[in-house]
Formats: sequence, C-alpha cells, structure tokens
Amino acid sequence: MAEDKILEVINLQKHFDVGRNKTVKAVDGVSFDILRGETFGLVGESGSGKSTTGRTIIRLYNATGGEVKFNGEDVHGKKSKEELLKFNRKMQMIFQDPSSSLNPRMTVLDIVAEGLDVHKLVKNDKERKERVEELLEVVGLNREHATRFPHEFSGGQRQRIGIARALAVEPEFIIADEPISALDVSIQAQVVNLLKKLQRDRGLTYLFIAHDLSMVKYISDRIGVMYLGNLVELADSEELYNNPIHPYTKSLLSAIPLPDPEYERNRKRITYDPTVHDSSEEPEFREVSPRHWVRCTTKEFEQYKIEAAKK
Amino acid sequence: MSKLLEVKDLKVSFNTYNGEVQAVRGVSFDLNKGETLAIVGESGSGKSVTSTTLMGLLPKPHGFVKSGQILFEGEDLVKKSAKEMQEIRGNDIAMVFQDPMSSLNPTMKVGNQIMEGLIKHQNMNRADAKKKATELLELVGIPQPDVRMNQFPHQFSGGMRQRVVIAIALACNPKLLIADEPTTALDVTIQAQILELMKKVQEETNSALIFITHDLGVVANVADRVAVMYAGKVVEVGTVDDIFYNPKHPYTWGLLGSMPTLDSTDEELYAIPGSPPDLLNPPKGDAFAPRNKFALEIDTVMEPPMFKVSDTHYAATWLLHEDAPKIEPPESVKRRMQGFSKMEGEQ
Repeated sequence: MAEDKILEVINLQKHFDVGRNKTVKAVDGVSFDILRGETFGLVGESGSGKSTTGRTIIRLYNATGGEVKFNGEDVHGKKSKEELLKFNRKMQMIFQDPSSSLNPRMTVLDIVAEGLDVHKLVKNDKERKERVEELLEVVGLNREHATRFPHEFSGGQRQRIGIARALAVEPEFIIADEPISALDVSIQAQVVNLLKKLQRDRGLTYLFIAHDLSMVKYISDRIGVMYLGNLVELADSEELYNNPIHPYTKSLLSAIPLPDPEYERNRKRITYDPTVHDSSEEPEFREVSPRHWVRCTTKEFEQYKIEAAKK
Repeated sequence: MSKLLEVKDLKVSFNTYNGEVQAVRGVSFDLNKGETLAIVGESGSGKSVTSTTLMGLLPKPHGFVKSGQILFEGEDLVKKSAKEMQEIRGNDIAMVFQDPMSSLNPTMKVGNQIMEGLIKHQNMNRADAKKKATELLELVGIPQPDVRMNQFPHQFSGGMRQRVVIAIALACNPKLLIADEPTTALDVTIQAQILELMKKVQEETNSALIFITHDLGVVANVADRVAVMYAGKVVEVGTVDDIFYNPKHPYTWGLLGSMPTLDSTDEELYAIPGSPPDLLNPPKGDAFAPRNKFALEIDTVMEPPMFKVSDTHYAATWLLHEDAPKIEPPESVKRRMQGFSKMEGEQ
C-alpha cells in the first residue's frame, strides 16, 4: 500500500516577534508526515514548540516559513470563505486549557452545537439538542449538563466539553493539544479508549501533543520528540522507547515516573547535557535506521548508526 | 513511632445554593514523624478539601467542619481560632500549592516573600532573615541565590518558581509539609528534579509530608504509605507496596489499570466507567458501587466498613467480608502486578 499522507509538514517555521528586534524561534524548521488513520505523537517539554507546531498547522498562527499540506492542498496562504469552511470542518482541535477555550457566557449546549450551526449539520432545535446530549454522554458527561455554564464544571469536565465540541462536526483529522493532562486518571483511560474507538470506527487521524510520555506511547503509532523548536528524534513508538538514540530522548524517558514502587526505588535518572553534541556543523535530520530519524551532525550520524544497529 | 497527626472521622461540607455538598464524609488517617503519606484520588474525591481543612484555610462561612477531629501533636486543630491557626500555619504546618505562579505574589521580590514568614513567625530581624532566605534558596537548588533574592517571580521558570514556593514552605522548619499536586504543572524532567529535592529536604529536616496527587507514578516514587480517596472517603490505605502489589479495593484496581505502562500493548485500558457521584446527594451504600462491576447487592444498601487486610493495610469493600464471593482483580490489573514483579527480577 502506498503511503497515504493526510498531512505533510515541510520545514515549518514559526517565529514570534518579542519586541526590541528580538524574535523567538518557537518552531524552527520542523518536517514530518502524518499518514491517514495513524496517531502521531508529539512530545517535549513546555517551550519546546510542540503546541506552536499544532497551532500553526491548523492556521491559528500564520507560519513564518515552510509549508503545511492537508490532503495534498496547501493550508496556508489566501483562501476563500468556502475553502476555509471546508477545511475547518475536516480539521479540528482539542485545546490544552479547557477554562480559556470555552466561552463563559454560553451554555454547554450552545458551545458544543456551535460547529453544528456553522456547518449547518442539524435541521431543527430538537435534533440539535439530541445530538449534543449524545456527544455529552460519549465524553462522559450527563445529559442534564447541557443547560449549564462552563464555570459549573471542574477542569476535567470542561475538557470533555471541548472534546465533544471537536467531535461534533465529525472531522477527519484532530489535533489534540494535551487533551488529557487535565483529566483524572480513570477518566484519562476512558477518553483514550474513546479516542481509539473513534479512530477505529471512523478512520480518524490524530496529532497527539502531550508531555505524559506513557500515554503518548500507548496511543501513538509514531512519535516525534521536540526540543527547543526542533524535532530531535522521530521513530515508531516501540522503537523510540526501546532504542532511544538522541541524548535528550534518553533523559526524557528516564524521567517518567512509573506506577511501580520497586522500579522507582532503583531508578537512575539521566540528565541531558546539550554540550555533548558535536558543534562543528549545523545538525540535520538523518535516518539512522529504517524509519528512525535523529537530528545529528555527520560525525554523530556515524556513531548513532552504530548505536542503532547494535540492538 | 510517635504520631504527629491523627485525623479522626473528619466531615467537611459546603453550603451552596443547591444545598449542602458533603465534600469529605468521614476521613480518618494518621501520620508519623518523618513519614510521607500520599493521598490519591480523582478531582472531587475530597483530597484537596482535606488538606485545606488541615491548614485551616476552608473558605468561610460556607465551608465548615461538620464533625471529627484533627489532632496535631495531640491538639485539636478544628477547635482553634483563626488567630491561633495563623500561628500554626507556616510555623508548624506549611503548604506547597499546585500552581507556583498563582501562589507567589507577582509584585514582591522573591527574597522578601521568603523573609516574610521568618520575620513574622520566628521574630528574626531583616538581616538574619535575609541570610536565612539565601540559605533556603541554596537548599532548594537555585543557582546564584544572592542575585535571585532580588528578582520577581516572572523572572523564574516554572520549575524554579516551584522551588521558591518550597523554600517559603520550609522557611520555619515545619513539622508537617502538605504538598497539593506540587508537580502537576511541571514537565517530567523538572518534576523528577522537584521530587528528588523534596525527598532530600525531607531527609534533612525530618518533617512529615502529605503528598496529594493523582499521578500513581509520582506516588510510587515518593510515598511510604498511600491513602486512596473516593467520594469523600478513604477507601483503601496501606504501605506503598500493599497498594501497588496487593490492591484489594476495586477502585484501586481501576486506578492502576487505567494507566498504561511503557510495555503495555494494544489492549484497551481498564477504564472505570461513569463519573464520580454528585456529593450534593451522596448515594446510599457504597459510593463506588454504581461504577463497580464487582458490586454486590449489599453495596447498594450499606456502606462497607474498613476491613483489615494486614497490620498496615485496610480497605473498605464488602469483597473482603468472609461471606463475600472470592473475586480476583481483572486480568489486565493482574498482568500489571505480575509485570512489575518480572521487572524486579530483571534488575
């Protein structure tokens, strides 16, 4: 089967102007593809540019440079209203902070139904209400919650409203920016199971941005690790966890707390020291073993290739 | 070992427009000197309300202690006046909050914020307080403490800010430190640093620690003992090994099963269905019964008492009653427990 790319990100850049002629290079030349039906995980610490990458892909920010292609069409650049509407229905986002992404003056019914209204997906009020209540149950809320306002919910419940809103227009591709960080552990599992089920049933594609590495590993087919605006490593999730190459990935993996007291007592943490890198040239993204990419210089490339082959 | 803190059948409620919300419905636990107790639970389980009550920070008048005792070194904190609590807070009991940005004063230099408690509680003069504050910053691992003393919170990163909050909490050598989700807002690498720091500081000062979290990985890392809370009650309490390797309560099974391990495969996560009960009208019988697929008939009628599993391990579930059918934990949870012992073997 030929690889069916739903999204291509080519050398994406997003720089923010911070005044006094300074710019912050939040995303500095990131390239990756997402295949139809897969889950692509993006991990990294805060400030690594993972959220900015997600937001630039969906046009919340205008890219400084590079290209984003969705179903082969360029996302950025001038678009007519109709084109944008079509595009917005296919790509949806679940946000990180549920309290600032919901309008405090709207009821849950109106918040979730907004997409239905914009895209004219329901015929009358009765159907609208029914559809919303169905969605609320899907995300683990009660039907009665539809008449309430966001402030009446806990952070976790608010996030579920955000998920219901994204699901309302039945998109093809969902960017989930830390969608479960604010949820309770038992609810996280419900939501992840739900996301997986929706993916199976409707062939959804996800870009899953998170810092909870064990959950990312669980849900993703492939994972990209970001550090200071660059992708430093990209591989199938099993491969990345079993055989991390980049020193930053290693340190990140060693910091995950696991629910196992015995393991925790013996844990050795690796700290990342950026000075270990060869600074003789600008590092590039190179394939050290099939489907396993690492950002490195030519010298490191040789060393990493040996390391990757050792397994 | 001597008991530092004993909480006995604590009940806390809030008056709202809709009626009385029973946030904490009879919680009992104790804590020894130098020990770390982790309180685990979902949002709404009453873990944070328990800790704010310990600190005497309940929003008055709508939040109130209905009954029960909080014995701190033998004295009942519930009976203390607001003024007496002010003396205890900061001095004997200190707290680290979840969000370091909103628990620091943005218009005040970091050094002054640390010195505040020292001057108020320990009657230090400014020069001594300043010296002590610098030492504290050094203790929590902030480089160049002299320079950092004169900076404002916005000049610190999230992890560094949390270190400052910890320094403030430690300023008066508290006997009890309550940390309410102190690492939830931080990155994993920073989280690991902060956890290491808290353990180190605890060893040095021999203070007791109550660690409130929902992250079982963190619990496994820091705790000596664990109390699992659900719907305003402690449903299972035991040593960290009891809870992770021999859990008895179906809710604890659910919590453990719902977290993916790094080697878990494509199988579905063991999620707990439904959502926590509304504490405005707490259900009759076992509050967990509606979400529990192992629920027995009696669960809907009568609340289970705490059954003793071992000297350190108690759980409130009718499954432990001698007449109850023998029920094994779900496969995925059992596999997880076995998986752990396998990993032990490898090391």
